[in-house]
Amino acid sequence: MSISPPHSDNQTVILGRETPLKLDCGVTLDAISMAYCTYGTLNADKSNAILICHALTGDQFAASRQPVTGKNGWWEMMIGPGKVLDTDRYFIVCSNVLGGCMGTTGPGDIDPKTSKPYGLNFPIITIGDMVRAQAMLQDHLGIKSWFSVIGGSMGGMQTLQWASAYPERVFSAIPIACAARHSAQNIAFHEVGRQAVMADPNWQGGDYYASDKRPTAGLAVARMAAHVTYLSEAALHRKFGRNLQDRDNLTYGFDADFQVESYLRYQGINFVDRFDANSYLYITRAMDYFDLVEDHGGSLASAFEGTKTRFCIVSFTSDWLFPTSENKEIVHALIAAAANVSFVEVETDKGHDAFLLDTPEMFKTIDGFLQSSAKSRGLIA
Amino acid sequence: MNDPIKFVPKRDIRVDWQLIADMIEPGSRVLDVGCDDGQLLAHLAETKNVEGRGLELSQHGVNICVANGLSVVQGNADTDLVYYPDDSFDYAILSKTLQTTHQPHVVLEQLLRIGRRAIVSFPNFAYWRCRTYLAFQGRMPMTNSLDIPWYETPNIHFCTLTDFTALCEEMDVKIEQSVIVKASGKVMTRSTYGAFANFFGSDCIFMLSKKD
Repeated sequence: MSISPPHSDNQTVILGRETPLKLDCGVTLDAISMAYCTYGTLNADKSNAILICHALTGDQFAASRQPVTGKNGWWEMMIGPGKVLDTDRYFIVCSNVLGGCMGTTGPGDIDPKTSKPYGLNFPIITIGDMVRAQAMLQDHLGIKSWFSVIGGSMGGMQTLQWASAYPERVFSAIPIACAARHSAQNIAFHEVGRQAVMADPNWQGGDYYASDKRPTAGLAVARMAAHVTYLSEAALHRKFGRNLQDRDNLTYGFDADFQVESYLRYQGINFVDRFDANSYLYITRAMDYFDLVEDHGGSLASAFEGTKTRFCIVSFTSDWLFPTSENKEIVHALIAAAANVSFVEVETDKGHDAFLLDTPEMFKTIDGFLQSSAKSRGLIA
Repeated sequence: MNDPIKFVPKRDIRVDWQLIADMIEPGSRVLDVGCDDGQLLAHLAETKNVEGRGLELSQHGVNICVANGLSVVQGNADTDLVYYPDDSFDYAILSKTLQTTHQPHVVLEQLLRIGRRAIVSFPNFAYWRCRTYLAFQGRMPMTNSLDIPWYETPNIHFCTLTDFTALCEEMDVKIEQSVIVKASGKVMTRSTYGAFANFFGSDCIFMLSKKD
């Protein structure tokens, strides 16, 4: 391991002062804050920059300590000197999405019109809006084209949106465990989560910022339900089985008798400390609205027509949230668009979350793809 | 991961791969259907500077290919060729895979739709060793190149050299080149050896195109 290359902890920039951000819903945001972290060094011709798009509940702290939880970055396994996203070679950028709650403008921020937090007055945002905002950051950084855009789950959706909306700004794209449109089942799960938040009396119609109460119970339930969808039956069985939590017998009550219950409660409780309930509503909605097929007249291939971007799609065998079949739809569309595409389905029982975990086959796949892309970009001989 | 994953080519490139490479114009666009671990694609990229793509059924093969920087997708020759646009490649290669497909004639049609030319290699079931094995032992032939027992082999549609040329005729496909290989690796041509080729040849390589 070499000495850590420069890495900037959280920075925030105001974007869109001159050219405001026009949202898909018709509203214009005059100026937005965008919080981001960078790792590594941008080279002289600014050709080595990689954008990481985070997932629903992720943030910009991909490889740095999360300030609220104090935990390591969510993708430290991927990012660092000598790792797949090699900070000795690449300049890595990860920004908090529009609508988020870690520094980029979202429903918890002050609405300049009312001088109070937006709450539900925040406009509905889309994956397209998130990417448009990221493109403003790209301009701000003076980067003409990303060497690569990479992300899993909602990050994969953003990656697809990037490649479709800004093909000339994306040299290579790595959408992981995602889909070109959110399925009915996934919308259904999101609706369960949103209803859990809204059913919490502390939610107060989304206007809870001034009070000392937060809809933590509702948000925790939303997180618990969602968390199950990130795992797999096999992984749950392997991890917990029917094991009891710190006890030898059933209690004949509603305590967390089972380890799996205790684990989910822990996931829920921890989540509410670092995540804003309204952000959760807005970002899940953005995912639900994502439909690259519909956006292109029913033909996904036309979303990528004439693209020069190189693609590497990765899916996981046990992912039932974004199953291989949905990832393959993207692959088939790219093939039909005569794009340069690789596709690997990684065998794992870890479910959708596999992209966040130690998944060597995924590391090898992305490493090989990035190295061959780096060669063709002239970043390595 | 500082060290790039090194591609280690096998010491001797498979005879049919060398012969396939000889048929290919440098710098062309090539789709290798059933590309296995990508050795042929890597060979073609290195020696012919082709822009290569691959389709491979086995996950293991695909993972090796992509980890080595080749553009390969996981998929099935029988079902996934329909996604490729017409004439999107100069060559569509099917090396020793035809006999593993469910509908070889449909696969051939697809290859000729996708590629301006199709290059197909397959083992000749009328090779004399197969014939004598079946005739005298009364069992499904096993030879050096067909070394997997019948219950495990992926080969479900064997054909002979003569069967294949008959199919080409039936499908109105033009045979641009054909190379017949003996088990020794020596090459015969159909024009010189005629029917003997179907007896002595263990492997066949055809370059096909659509008739105008």
